Amino acid sequence: MALDNKIDNHDKRSIQDMIAKKKNGKNITSITEKVMPAILFLIAAVSILTTIGIVYTLLTETIEFFKRVPIMDFFTGTVLKPLSQNPEFGVLPLINGTIISSIIAMLVAGPIGIMTAVFLSEYASERVRRTLKPMLEILAGIPTIVYGFFAFTFVTPLIREFFPSVEATNILSPGLVMGVMIIPMIASLSEDAMTSVPNAMREGALALGSTKLEVTFRVVIPAALSGIIASFVLGISRAIGETMIVTIASGSSKNFTFDITQSMQTMTAYIVEVSGGEAPAGSTIYYSLYAVAMTLFVFTLIMNLLARYVSRKFREEY
Amino acid sequence: MATLTKPKVNIKNHANTEQKSITETAATTKQNMNKKIVYDTKDLNLWYGETHALKDINLSIYEKEVTAIIGPSGCGKSTYLKTLNRMVELVPSVKTSGVITYKDKSILDKSFKVEDLRTRVGMVFQKPNPFPKSIYDNIAYGPKIHGIRNKKILDEIVEKSLRGASIWDEVKDRLKENAYGLSGGQQQRICIARCLAIEPDVILMDEPTSALDPKSTLRVEELIQELKKDYSIVIVTHNMQQAARISDRTAFFLNGEVVEYDETDTIFTNPADSRTEDYISGRFG
Amino acid sequence: MKYVDTNQVQKNMNSRLLKNNVLKSVFFLATIFGLIVLAVLIIRVIMQGASWINMDFLTNKLSTSPDRAGIMGAILGTFWLMVVVIPVTLILGVGTAIYLELYARKGRFQSFVQTNIANLAGVPSIVYGILGMTIFVRALDFGNVVLAGGLTMSLLVLPIIIVAAQESIRAVPQHLSEASYGMGATKWQTVKNIILPAALPGILTGSILSLSRAIGETAPLVVIGIPALLIPFPGGIMDRFTVLPMQIYYWTIDSSLVEEYANLAAATIIVLLVLLFLLNATAIVIRNKFQKRY
Repeated sequence: MALDNKIDNHDKRSIQDMIAKKKNGKNITSITEKVMPAILFLIAAVSILTTIGIVYTLLTETIEFFKRVPIMDFFTGTVLKPLSQNPEFGVLPLINGTIISSIIAMLVAGPIGIMTAVFLSEYASERVRRTLKPMLEILAGIPTIVYGFFAFTFVTPLIREFFPSVEATNILSPGLVMGVMIIPMIASLSEDAMTSVPNAMREGALALGSTKLEVTFRVVIPAALSGIIASFVLGISRAIGETMIVTIASGSSKNFTFDITQSMQTMTAYIVEVSGGEAPAGSTIYYSLYAVAMTLFVFTLIMNLLARYVSRKFREEY
Repeated sequence: MATLTKPKVNIKNHANTEQKSITETAATTKQNMNKKIVYDTKDLNLWYGETHALKDINLSIYEKEVTAIIGPSGCGKSTYLKTLNRMVELVPSVKTSGVITYKDKSILDKSFKVEDLRTRVGMVFQKPNPFPKSIYDNIAYGPKIHGIRNKKILDEIVEKSLRGASIWDEVKDRLKENAYGLSGGQQQRICIARCLAIEPDVILMDEPTSALDPKSTLRVEELIQELKKDYSIVIVTHNMQQAARISDRTAFFLNGEVVEYDETDTIFTNPADSRTEDYISGRFG
Repeated sequence: MKYVDTNQVQKNMNSRLLKNNVLKSVFFLATIFGLIVLAVLIIRVIMQGASWINMDFLTNKLSTSPDRAGIMGAILGTFWLMVVVIPVTLILGVGTAIYLELYARKGRFQSFVQTNIANLAGVPSIVYGILGMTIFVRALDFGNVVLAGGLTMSLLVLPIIIVAAQESIRAVPQHLSEASYGMGATKWQTVKNIILPAALPGILTGSILSLSRAIGETAPLVVIGIPALLIPFPGGIMDRFTVLPMQIYYWTIDSSLVEEYANLAAATIIVLLVLLFLLNATAIVIRNKFQKRY
């Protein structure tokens, strides 16, 4: 016993000695230890720089634009003719197109998304849920350009089959397809909100003789409302920022109209058109790109902040 | 006679309530033969997947009595209670055999509508589970889904139910406030009031005081004594003193079987089965 | 006095249950609606494009003549784009996640960075395009080459990989790092030898998902300015390039001029979707293989 102990002690000492010796000679460890936090901090700063970069570029060029076009003309103008002899830069046709396409998309994605969420969270068995959910996620993973192709070469011709007066490029078809694209987002976020409603609450309602439908509409949805609203707001934000579907399928007419069978341009599609048309740097039309992008940026930022505010502020306590 | 053996169970009730409950028990014993059966269970078996959770249960529950179900955790007492309003079916893998009749209707039949059953049978849960709505809306929920929309009638139901659950005086000035602002004990009485609002015949209570402090527990127990006049009550409890204090009959469950079912006094003073005696004298569980 | 009329309640019950059942079917139909559209989309694309996929199509250069057009250039462009995006997003994404989870003091700055990342995730992709065009293409004067496109895409998908990496770092059990500290290891040693290896599967999954986003994204590259018809193949990150989605875009909008372009677009979509499918399958395999090891 005593002998064993001695050996143990001896061994321990020698390992400790080795470590101590190494420590003396090993400055690299201590240097890394000091340098890494700084490096990591710089890396983390990139995301802040990105935000600063976005805001700075948009802001400086937008200010330049407003030196040439009065800000009131931009925000109240209903005529957008950037290429004409006497160019006019009213942004309202673009805002109108953006809002209309988003409304169409939300009319599809809102009800279908929430019904999907209700089915998955309240009615479907665990097995059905586990099969359907990943399939819906595929829908969210399809690149938007594919949806654009689908809207232009399939949905529009299909609509024109039944309503020949619809134009070859129109706001209806991309709006509908955008809605399909947003379904999984609304479904998944709303479902998360609904499944986080405690089961005790469902049981309380069932024990009073409620049907599942009543449990859903009178207990679960009211309790999950903040999450559901947040999912809608994020869906709208997504629709506002969506580019390729509307660019391809809605054409580039800068109509200020409410007729959904016509071609309309959204803010995003305008940016694509102008930047793709190789607008010479320094021209008014070049700067208009930034003013429109700034407007778009502010729109989506407000939506995203609103979504966060709603889900924080009105989170139910149970 | 009963008082002599009662010290076996530590009762802290006031002398007068004890006195009252004893006289009541004596009265019920006398008219026992006239008591109507609300629930009759015949050869009930229940499986969770492969687990045999309830084995050959035979049990009759009488009208306007408090029936307590006691037993160690995992003995199937909550499962049995939830079978009485078929809430047990929320677990997908549940299978049952045997018959439960509620007022001569066989409730385990697939053709029997659970919603109908649950309208007649109220339930109070282990943890208070009010809806995240106002106190008023919590109570009015049941009547509303069952088609009562008249505002005046709803107001009356809400008041009557809250009074019935002896919480009216505490909340009458804040009916529009969220029920989650109340204390745990108050929440539980709100849940009882919510249950009373649909005027059930039976109230099932699944360890209704286990999440409450002693003072709130006492209030709920007193309330149960009150409710007994109008309702049949089945209460699952892990607290033997509670069973002894408030119930008329007690069933002792062990490993999914009913070991013994008798009048509460008999169970606690003169149990027929040695396992019951072991349990109530605290030798296991 | 009784308020609840038992007979009335029972009468109502049937209609309430009927409503429940009818709406259950409606909810189910709504759920599969999206899947039906997905099926129609895929079938349509395959019917239109499958017959155009052959060796020539995959290896040929671009051409205005549909019969001779190929997507080798776009495939190479996508490849070179990945060569930029993968290292940049891994370093920036994982670095940021490590900083936020393990180094930053919990406080205002950390929550500011966190909020900032959440907001960046919601910025429309086309705005990133404008940033890339202004900074990388013009200010830094890279021109519209792979590097400019790749950096733009990296910034775009950065929030995805940061959040994924943060989650997997958070999921590494405390006792692992405590064991390491207990032996006298320094912080960085613990991060490098214990935390990162344990978090790696999650990081890889997130990285692949962000990569698929970058591969399918079109809008930022349109803004940066990718030529519609580019004959030479890109051979490095300083070459001009096109990618699969851009090719789909040009062929789709030109399909009103030359009908066969729609078929070429469909064929390219098939290639793109197969590529994305393979990437996602890899992510799922990684996730399943390394799930719950500790």
